[in-house]
Amino acid sequence: MTIVLRELWDNLRQFVTTVGAVALFFARVLSQVPPALMRFRLVVEQVHNAGALSLVIIMTCGLFVGMVLGVLGYDVLQRFGSEEALGTAAALGLVKELGPVVTALLFAGRAGTALASELGLMRATDQLTAMEMMAVDPIRRVVAPRFIGGVIAMPLLTMIFIGVGIFGVQLVGVQQLGVDAAAFWSQMRSSVGHEDIMEGLIKGCAFGVACSLVAVYEGFNATPTAEGVGRATTRTVVTSAVLTLILDYMLTVMML
Amino acid sequence: MSSSAASTHHPDAQTAQDSIVEVRDVHYSIGGRAIFSGLSLQIARGRITAIMGPSGTGKTTLLKLITGQIKPEKGQVLFDGIDVASLSRTELYALRRRMGMLFQNGALLTDEDVFENVAFPLREHTDLPEALIRNIVLTKLQAVGLRGAAQLMPAELSGGMARRVALARAMATDPEVLIYDEPFTGLDPISMGMIVRLVRQMNYALGITSIVVSHDVEELSILADASYIIAGGTVAASGSFVELKDHESEIVHQFVNGLADGPVAFHYPAPDYYEQLLAGDA
Repeated sequence: MTIVLRELWDNLRQFVTTVGAVALFFARVLSQVPPALMRFRLVVEQVHNAGALSLVIIMTCGLFVGMVLGVLGYDVLQRFGSEEALGTAAALGLVKELGPVVTALLFAGRAGTALASELGLMRATDQLTAMEMMAVDPIRRVVAPRFIGGVIAMPLLTMIFIGVGIFGVQLVGVQQLGVDAAAFWSQMRSSVGHEDIMEGLIKGCAFGVACSLVAVYEGFNATPTAEGVGRATTRTVVTSAVLTLILDYMLTVMML
Repeated sequence: MSSSAASTHHPDAQTAQDSIVEVRDVHYSIGGRAIFSGLSLQIARGRITAIMGPSGTGKTTLLKLITGQIKPEKGQVLFDGIDVASLSRTELYALRRRMGMLFQNGALLTDEDVFENVAFPLREHTDLPEALIRNIVLTKLQAVGLRGAAQLMPAELSGGMARRVALARAMATDPEVLIYDEPFTGLDPISMGMIVRLVRQMNYALGITSIVVSHDVEELSILADASYIIAGGTVAASGSFVELKDHESEIVHQFVNGLADGPVAFHYPAPDYYEQLLAGDA
């Protein structure tokens, strides 16, 4: 019993220490955001890395998530004779929940791991230490642009995911299963409001901050060994996914 | 032995005014294991000083202390009279602009080509026009014999070439002190000869101070004006290479002459061999 309690206490202490370290790191990154924004080329480069290079996976997944939503939504709605509501149901589901969450999970798996392993390898090969020795703050030069890149890319990817997802719903629901196109689009337009889109965008931004922060923190603080970089990459995916789902619940409740 | 090495003064004889780096009674430990226990030394301005010692004696740790990457538990590290440990991050960065450091593996930025690697500190610290940056980079690369490799990526370079590029990068902002961490490790004799020549040239042509941390006794005997041997957490011996060769200390004798056994034992501490075998305990 004592051992269990001691382990619990150690884990709690470790957790609080980590949260404190992440908070300090976040404050340091935020303080370097304005100077990093002054060098816009570096930020654009990172938006390209985190965003443009994730486009294919985001669009492919968006399309198939939309198509699945179309099939399932149609199956459920036709039981009540209201298959015309497919556009509304699918769009609300995509805009408010599936779009931001699935995009964040994909972002963590594609861009997050790339960020963490890149920074981890830079740490392992002394590149970050070399920068410090050249009196160049790696937080300003390397971390902040990558963080901003992720934060900008994430809501954009979310919107693209939602757009392609709705196209997927329409493809299956209207083109294949015969839902009336006019009813599909008009119901969607009348029931999905600006506040729904804002909710999706806010979630996208929040997940962007969380996933990007986790990735740069894990990569920057990776143990400088092959195993250490591997662990940092794994932790990036796991922590980002858990954090995304916790944040999702909190934001959903707050914006109800 | 080179003429300059023959004309070496004993490093302890340097006065504080002649020293650009002064380590005063430094104590430092890692994980409860004492690395330094009262280490004191001085690095003479404008000279090549070698820091030698068996593996694991804290040579790289000393460089980290000098460059402010870590802080001593006790004692002081002074760079040109400034206590390195007392500086804020901004002040430390300002001080580091007076230093250049060559890492064991070069630590080049792997996503940038050779030219951009050398241009990196210039782009970060100056607003020089592109034409001038180009000229400075080409001059530095010419000095290390790699002007023709300007467009190569770090992955395309040999170990020796990577270190020469890193040297050009360290020289880009004309530092007062150049610090070399194990510059000869893993190099073939030709590359090693090139690095030795470059260290000497850089030091005397540009009037800078060089600190070379290594355990390559032969190369350092050619290169260094003065040497320190670190062992047991403190300076075991100091002086010119000739003085170290004849030093009475057993550990210095073992190190300089490359003997397999001595104060640094061949066997890592272990329980009795036969008892362990008989116990069947791995």
